[in-house]
Amino acid sequence: MSHSTGHSELAEKFANNVERMNWHDKALWFVRLKRDNQAKSLDEWEELRSTADKIKKHTLENLANYLEEFEKNALSRGIKVHWAKDAKEHNKIVLDILNSKNVKMVVKSKSMLTEECHLNPFLEKHGIEVVDTDLGERIVQLRNEPPSHIVLPAIHLKKEDVGTTFEKFLNTQKGNSDPTYLTRAARAHLRKKFLGADASMTGVNFAIAETGGIVVCTNEGNADLGSSLPKLHIACMGVEKIIPRLKDLSIFIRLLARSATGQPVTSYTSHYHGPVEDGEMHIIIVDNGRSNILSTDKYKKSLQCIRCGACLNTCPVYRRSGGHSYGYTIPGPIGSTLAPSRDLKKYSTLPFACSLCASCSNVCPVQVDLHQQLYLRRQDVVDAGYLSPAKYRVLKMATWLMSHPRIMDFAGLLARKIVPLLPRSIIYSKINIWGKSRELPKFPKNSFKELYKAKKGSK
Amino acid sequence: MKIGLFIPCFMNELYPKASMATLKVLENLGIDVEYPMYQTCCGQAQANTGCSNETKVLAERFLKIFKNYDYIVAPSGSCVSMVRHNYAQFLQGRDGFEHMRTHTYELVEFLHDIIKPKSMNATFAHKVGIHNSCHAHRELGMASMSEKNVPEFSKIKNILDKVDGISYSELTRKDECCGFGGTFAITEEALSLAMGRARLQDHLNAGSEYITGVDMSCLMHMQGIIDREKMPLKTIYIAQILAGDTP
Amino acid sequence: MSSRDIILKSIKDYAPSKSSELPNINISHASYENINEKFSTSLSSVGGIAVFMENIEEIKEYIAEHYADSKVIVSNCENLLPIVTKDANATKDPHALHDVDLAIIEGEFGVAENGAVWIMEPKNRHRALYFIAQKLIIIIPKNEIVPTMHEAYEKLSFGTQNFGLFISGPSKTADIEQSLIIGAHGAIETCVIFI
Repeated sequence: MSHSTGHSELAEKFANNVERMNWHDKALWFVRLKRDNQAKSLDEWEELRSTADKIKKHTLENLANYLEEFEKNALSRGIKVHWAKDAKEHNKIVLDILNSKNVKMVVKSKSMLTEECHLNPFLEKHGIEVVDTDLGERIVQLRNEPPSHIVLPAIHLKKEDVGTTFEKFLNTQKGNSDPTYLTRAARAHLRKKFLGADASMTGVNFAIAETGGIVVCTNEGNADLGSSLPKLHIACMGVEKIIPRLKDLSIFIRLLARSATGQPVTSYTSHYHGPVEDGEMHIIIVDNGRSNILSTDKYKKSLQCIRCGACLNTCPVYRRSGGHSYGYTIPGPIGSTLAPSRDLKKYSTLPFACSLCASCSNVCPVQVDLHQQLYLRRQDVVDAGYLSPAKYRVLKMATWLMSHPRIMDFAGLLARKIVPLLPRSIIYSKINIWGKSRELPKFPKNSFKELYKAKKGSK
Repeated sequence: MKIGLFIPCFMNELYPKASMATLKVLENLGIDVEYPMYQTCCGQAQANTGCSNETKVLAERFLKIFKNYDYIVAPSGSCVSMVRHNYAQFLQGRDGFEHMRTHTYELVEFLHDIIKPKSMNATFAHKVGIHNSCHAHRELGMASMSEKNVPEFSKIKNILDKVDGISYSELTRKDECCGFGGTFAITEEALSLAMGRARLQDHLNAGSEYITGVDMSCLMHMQGIIDREKMPLKTIYIAQILAGDTP
Repeated sequence: MSSRDIILKSIKDYAPSKSSELPNINISHASYENINEKFSTSLSSVGGIAVFMENIEEIKEYIAEHYADSKVIVSNCENLLPIVTKDANATKDPHALHDVDLAIIEGEFGVAENGAVWIMEPKNRHRALYFIAQKLIIIIPKNEIVPTMHEAYEKLSFGTQNFGLFISGPSKTADIEQSLIIGAHGAIETCVIFI
């Protein structure tokens, strides 16, 4: 997924297909509206958000203790616990476990962490077949694309796109793109995979320190069916997935699905506290840069994220540029603040892929200050010298002018006198990006300051 | 009560009428307003591009010029939000800063919260679409936000209600960003345009004759698209309605 | 140092200062006048159905009428043994449950706000049963409905049981163009019977 192209270029490409962009925007806006309906149906909504914020804040302040408590309780339940500093170690742990059981095929449910670690290509390289079982994930896997959304992985695709993909890989009828038909075809296809898998992998929505168990939420039942057939279940979690108490789940479960898809709860909320009969359950706790984020006062709150995707759905930029324009595993506002923690240079355009409208901060169920983080990230980009030199020069010059009001007034006066005399071809030349598709305002004869002076003088 | 008037840099140069209307609205209400001559810019463009050194220079100028006023009023939600929310990084603890931070108001917000006028002595017999500009809306909290479960209110509407003859259009997305976003309008030009067009289409469908709002910058962006695409729509800065200026 | 110790050390080194308390969870919420009705509405909004019955005979009739095409039926409810065609607990291997048409299981209580049912059956050997069956009936004692997830979690604990879950309606997906399709990988029908 590495690329050197910035967000704006990829966004422009996406936006050039106006019909498709508008369709994408509407599809996600619809999800946002469903979320609003749920939020507005609960008088206690804002209190749930602030309580979730408080629980997460407290947990991050005591994270090491809660991780140790979780580990102790999980071990006492017969769950094997592993720790991985980074993606490489995570992938190696997974491979070693799978090899120790001679696993040839693993069914995997949605896990942004394994996407982050690029686990699939790694396992495939080592001869293990990985089948993503979430329908949207399976669709993008067959198409060899990354997911474009953290909850709705195939939201960028039309049903006809899915139809062609299934025609090729699942032998569905040519030209049949009926969603029910395609879903049934995937059900049959994946049932075989579920029954044939030697192991399962899942992500983790919440890990409960108090009980040593984990919770996974799905609508399709894929994580659930996948993990209950084979004897081996590996669950991967970032260190930030911990919550202290079982009853804290009442807050997060009430918020998660309502924020994500506008449902009151997901179809399945499975609480795993041990393996299946004669089976093994492994939990891999992964850092991969998270403790670094914890060390930054400005950005540590991003670790509160519960991956509901609400900030993507509400983001006017995401809705019109698509998930792939971000070039990072997690797109949208939350991805734009997480990615620069990983590689500021590579992802230097993401904090600017934002009009600072602040809608993301308002929908976030755990009150992450998303737009404020993106605002501050921009300072990091400039301080590291990654802002384009041309842009920086302009702003530096403007600042100098703005520190010299008399010269600025004179420059303004000149502009107001000269610009109206220039031919359109010069005013609207290539360097005038504003004027590419927008008219400039008509330059007035006098500035406000001149009018004000005249008014005061005449008194 | 001495009021310092801050006029955003681009409004000073490009929108003298809207700026004069701001002054007129305040003076009509008998408020003692002064415009400090050496003011320039609040530094928002620099700040939103991440240029903190440059922002600091301008924040310090702003403090020096405005700290001794009882209130500072600006015809711009985003400039006020800059002072209220983003200056602390540069000016925290400085003499007069906390007073200035908490006493800088957007024009309509100032009327609504501090002056509380009974009437505006203005008529505007048109169907108006209110543009809830993001910083005024979500950072200053000038109206209930569609994302939140809170009772509905709008300071903008409360003040516009005092204008005779005015009526409103009902938008399907009442507080979506227009895509101006400061330097965003240039950096992400394609999306800025797409967002602007979507807002304008919403207003066209809702039958707005005029789009008004508390941020001239958003209106400038939308008017730029209106003019280029020759849409049957107009923008008008809110102070011009409140001052009774006929368009 | 092990990776475990490195991670825990860097978290300890980096963790923000401890200044906030773990909040008590005491969320006031609307109470439902008719909690049965609220549960039914919530469940039907997610594609399931709730029915209220008086005795086991009624359930048997209901199943005979509505699930006539279900050939392989499993259940751990002793009262339903006469209609059971397969003993799910007899096999060691959950894969053997692949042909189950209808699973009749026992839930502990329902949650009115979202139509979810808490299931933690000590009697059931294979958790796969909940997901592999084509159709699901969940039987719950009458009056066992709590208003919200707050009351629900107050009731829960994990002792020796190593699996429990909330099921709210049938399995579903909207991954193709946001069209809601009932029946993704789990049950394509879920019926909750209160008795």
